[in-house]
Amino acid sequence: MGFLNVENITMQFGGLRAVDNVSFHVDQGEIVSLIGPNGAGKTTVFNMLTGVYRITGGTMEFLGTALVDKMPQDIVKLGIARTFQNLRLFSKMRVIENVLVGMHINTRYRFFSSLFRTALFRREESEKAVRAVEILKSIGLLKHVNSYAESLPYGEQRKVEIARAMATDAKLLLLDEPAAGMNPAETEELLRFIRQLRDEGYTILLIEHDMNVVMNISDRIYVLDHGRLIADGLPEEIANNRDVVDAYLGGERKKHAED
Amino acid sequence: MKNRRFGSIRENGFLYVFEHFFSAYRGFFFAVCGILLVAVPYMDLNRATLRLVTMIALYSMLGMGLNVLVGYTGQVSLGHAGFYGIGAYACALLQVRLGLSFWPSLALAGVFTALVGLLLGLPTLRLSGTYLSIVTLGFCEVVQMVLKQWESVTFGNYGVRNIPKPELFGYTFNLQNGGFYQIILALAVLTAVGCLAVKNSKTGRAFLAIKDDELAATMMGIKTSRYKILAFVISAFITGIAGGFYSVINNGYIEPTNFVFNISVLIISVVIVGGLGTIRGMVFGAALLLLFPEVFRGLNEWRFVIYGVLLVLMMQFRPQGALGWQSTLPFKLSRRTKRELEARGLSPSRLNEGKGA
Repeated sequence: MGFLNVENITMQFGGLRAVDNVSFHVDQGEIVSLIGPNGAGKTTVFNMLTGVYRITGGTMEFLGTALVDKMPQDIVKLGIARTFQNLRLFSKMRVIENVLVGMHINTRYRFFSSLFRTALFRREESEKAVRAVEILKSIGLLKHVNSYAESLPYGEQRKVEIARAMATDAKLLLLDEPAAGMNPAETEELLRFIRQLRDEGYTILLIEHDMNVVMNISDRIYVLDHGRLIADGLPEEIANNRDVVDAYLGGERKKHAED
Repeated sequence: MKNRRFGSIRENGFLYVFEHFFSAYRGFFFAVCGILLVAVPYMDLNRATLRLVTMIALYSMLGMGLNVLVGYTGQVSLGHAGFYGIGAYACALLQVRLGLSFWPSLALAGVFTALVGLLLGLPTLRLSGTYLSIVTLGFCEVVQMVLKQWESVTFGNYGVRNIPKPELFGYTFNLQNGGFYQIILALAVLTAVGCLAVKNSKTGRAFLAIKDDELAATMMGIKTSRYKILAFVISAFITGIAGGFYSVINNGYIEPTNFVFNISVLIISVVIVGGLGTIRGMVFGAALLLLFPEVFRGLNEWRFVIYGVLLVLMMQFRPQGALGWQSTLPFKLSRRTKRELEARGLSPSRLNEGKGA
């Protein structure tokens, strides 16, 4: 049984084929990157995996369970959580509340429990709050526990998104450009943190533009261009792959080379 | 003002000092407010004033009901006069037609209105923003029509007459003896406690998450449809109970025009002027909006112009409402949580204040 197996998935929007017959797999404990130029369909793949889009073809399996036609909420329950390219924090809520929202599916009391403040309610709330503070500590946000999400600097907000995804008790984290908007020092720290996540047992699928990040951290890389998979392999293989360089620098280079 | 415990206003801002001061002595403040509220009927007020205070408490409760929907989940309803009317008619008709006494009628009116809230919540799932508001506005008109046309049940335009006054163990509640006020005070306090309990739970956090970003909430595994309907149901329940109470304080008489669109507007004004998402805002908003026409009675028709201008200015310059500030107090942790954090070397005092970065 594979960890994440994606076979021949296709996403058609009217006449546009945003993702075309893409297959890839992620093994447990890996850090795998999905790269490609703007508009290559990377975020679309994330939206397909998490059930935001209903895919038009192919199969996706996570720990032996088919993901196709599952509701996003059920996919989160299976253990896949994500962050967003354009931050989507609950900006009017506090950092700790953001993380507690992430724990929603694992908080095991019902509506009337909260109305009557039962023992179960108090125990669960207390456990989750402690866990939330621990997660925030691990990601270096201890000093922002009480802050409102919108008041944090950009880089810190990205961390809150990761913390929120961790809070769902996910096994697979889909990180959509986590280093965007971070300065080199913050990026360096983020790399350390992502490795640490892997060491703690998380598996990570990453979309990233920053080649420095990708080459540094990935066990394996998949390259998308115009919705198609054009290459996959180890970081050093990808760095020397002609098709990949072409895709990033435009097709011109190839023509010139042929002249 | 410099205070040893809360720092100076210049350093920390007025809100910070105010909130921390209030928080430190909140037991005292709540006791004073409680005593004042309970003492109202014994203050020898005239009928008009007593009625005004009762109406302020009633509209605080209506505000809290709508606040669950607008303030927590961000769904704007212009149809709450519909729920209000359904609650009032249900409570009145159960008494007049079936001969039930007030208390079970009130509870049943709440449950019935909540069921209607569930039904209205279902088709509105796919709507948001203005579209949702228009549907709820339509709902208000439909209720109005049903109340007027279904004469065999509702007495139509004639209205429901001879609604008895509430009694409990031989004691009759009326306006003069402050009984009406006591009932609505108890209902409003219960509602406030209930709203706060919901807000500070996973349900409340799910509501607020949906308001902030529905897609992100979905991605956290929150069944957003279920919670949006739940908000409708809770909101309708509270509004229905408030309606049931209203049916008995109106000289034993209600008619469909008691629940027209203007009432919806007044309820939503209470929520917006007072401060979305807060309880204090509902009380303040109700007091302000009900006192305003009374205080400015001398201006005759002009008071509605001023009223309108105030609302527009409010929306423009303080959209969060008069008392709708973001708290500067730290996130409230239970004593048990603090103890456990302490045990793990994560002393809550090391966590920052809520002031932001």
